[in-house]
Amino acid sequence: MKFSLRDLNVWFGSVHALTDVTMDIPANEILGVIGPANSGKSTFLRTLNRLNELKPNFRMTGDVRLSGADINKTDVDLLRKKVGMVFALPLPLPLSVFDNVAYGPKMHGVRTKKRQKEIVERALKEAYLWDEVKDRLDTPASKLSGGQQQRLCMARTLAVEPEVILFDEPCSGLDPISTAKIEDTMLRLKANYTLVLVTNNVHQASRVADKTAFFLSGRLIELDDTDKIFTAPSDKRTEDYIGGRFG
Amino acid sequence: MRNPRRTEKIAFFFLFLATALIVLPVGLIVVSIVRKGLPAISWQFLTDIPREGMRGGGILPAIVGTLYLVLGAIVFALPIGLFAAIYLSEYAKDNVLTRIIKLAIVNLAGVPSVVYGLFGLALFVVFFRFGASILSGSLTLGIMVLPIIITASREALESVPQAFREVSLSLGASKWQTIRHVVLPNGISGILTGTILGLGRAAGETAPILFTVAAFYHPQLPRSIFDQAMALPYHLYVISTQVPNVGDKMRYGTALVLLGLVLIMNSVALVVRFRFRKRHRW
Ligand SMILES: Nc1ncnc2c1ncn2[C@@H]1O[C@H](COP(=O)(O)OP(=O)(O)O)[C@@H](O)[C@H]1O
Ligand SMILES: [Mg+2]
Repeated sequence: MKFSLRDLNVWFGSVHALTDVTMDIPANEILGVIGPANSGKSTFLRTLNRLNELKPNFRMTGDVRLSGADINKTDVDLLRKKVGMVFALPLPLPLSVFDNVAYGPKMHGVRTKKRQKEIVERALKEAYLWDEVKDRLDTPASKLSGGQQQRLCMARTLAVEPEVILFDEPCSGLDPISTAKIEDTMLRLKANYTLVLVTNNVHQASRVADKTAFFLSGRLIELDDTDKIFTAPSDKRTEDYIGGRFG
Repeated sequence: MRNPRRTEKIAFFFLFLATALIVLPVGLIVVSIVRKGLPAISWQFLTDIPREGMRGGGILPAIVGTLYLVLGAIVFALPIGLFAAIYLSEYAKDNVLTRIIKLAIVNLAGVPSVVYGLFGLALFVVFFRFGASILSGSLTLGIMVLPIIITASREALESVPQAFREVSLSLGASKWQTIRHVVLPNGISGILTGTILGLGRAAGETAPILFTVAAFYHPQLPRSIFDQAMALPYHLYVISTQVPNVGDKMRYGTALVLLGLVLIMNSVALVVRFRFRKRHRW
């Protein structure tokens, strides 16, 4: 198991955002996370890399372990190096293509330009972006198309060699072709990484996820093989959501 | 009958009027200073010491004095102001105390400069025994511009999108690395704006230097930070009110030099700002 969560509860002030979440996330799989808006998907995801802590009114109880180690007792910078994240909107830093990808490695002490070049090239290839940008590594990242920017963000995350990559609705602003490219990339990354994909599009989960978790009002309703969730869910609410009857 | 097009025209007219009301007097002042001051500007005026009881010669000691004072004030105030701004924007918890501190700092920017002058006199000149010196004057000016620099820098840092911080942290960068490599570079242009405002104010104020450094007549260049010095705004005050029969030319020439100095500092900062903008855009 990559992650194991036991009785996770999260509050923002008086809002009880996650209630008694218990689950395991196996390595080298894609876990899809679906559920209506405000059901706690992002909160769940941001628990895994402790990004919730940036909110001043955040509080959590329960036990979250990465490869057996309590994440709250792990050095937070190290945890985030191991658990990368791709956000909903493509968020390139206001830097060149090269510097965006090299940012993480630089922060982790990779000083020589030669090493940086190797890492950037490998990461961009892993994100299937290299061929499209190799001639304009020095242009501002904002000049790329939306889909390319999102794959740049994936490359940026890959450059720090994480074990887990979290995706928070990574295709919400993208056209179908860019979406397909991203999904394709995720499927190939599975061999070497553990992926958690939050998506507001149930079809996306059915296309790429090995297992799918359904959240509703901060509770994990059901977690099972994707096939099972989409053909014979055991909970009525899962069935209703997938059938488009609410949310 | 309401006619939206006409309403818009009327609104536009009044907005234009308001702008003109501000720009016009400033323009007139600048034009009159340039017109009356330009004939005074000569190589001798800029590089000579005052002569004939300040009715002739040049104003070099005052120019150099003002440059020293402004430089000293910025060397002192920029690092402290920046660190305070970083603390307030990035580290301090958002609670009542922090808000009171922020409000207090904003209000400090509006305190009359003569109050800073008296404060500087009591603290630096008398208590620390720095005497009337460039050091005392610089520190006093520095304290006067601190609130401007802190408030502008804090607002610049706070306007950097939170998403950028999250991206940097999510890549495993530490909080300080995130501030150093993401927040500061993207806030730098606002920080420089605040610094420019501070510089301009430090260069132009008379009251804070009156008791702490300014010499009535000191026709030589300062040799150490414990020397007294002449300064442009005080010199202008002296030749305008304290010394009889000083030609218009001298007075407007001095004013023009002060104006030009502030303008040059602003342009330098503007260029720096532009260079940073070009490197960091989103
Ligand atoms: N900083 C916050 N303060 C208060 N409530 C919050 C905060 N962040 C999230 N929430 C609440 O937590 C719940 C879950 O939000 P979220 O995890 O973003 O849902 P999702 O990603 O499924 O749309 C929502 O009710 C939301 O309003
Ligand atoms: Mg969300």
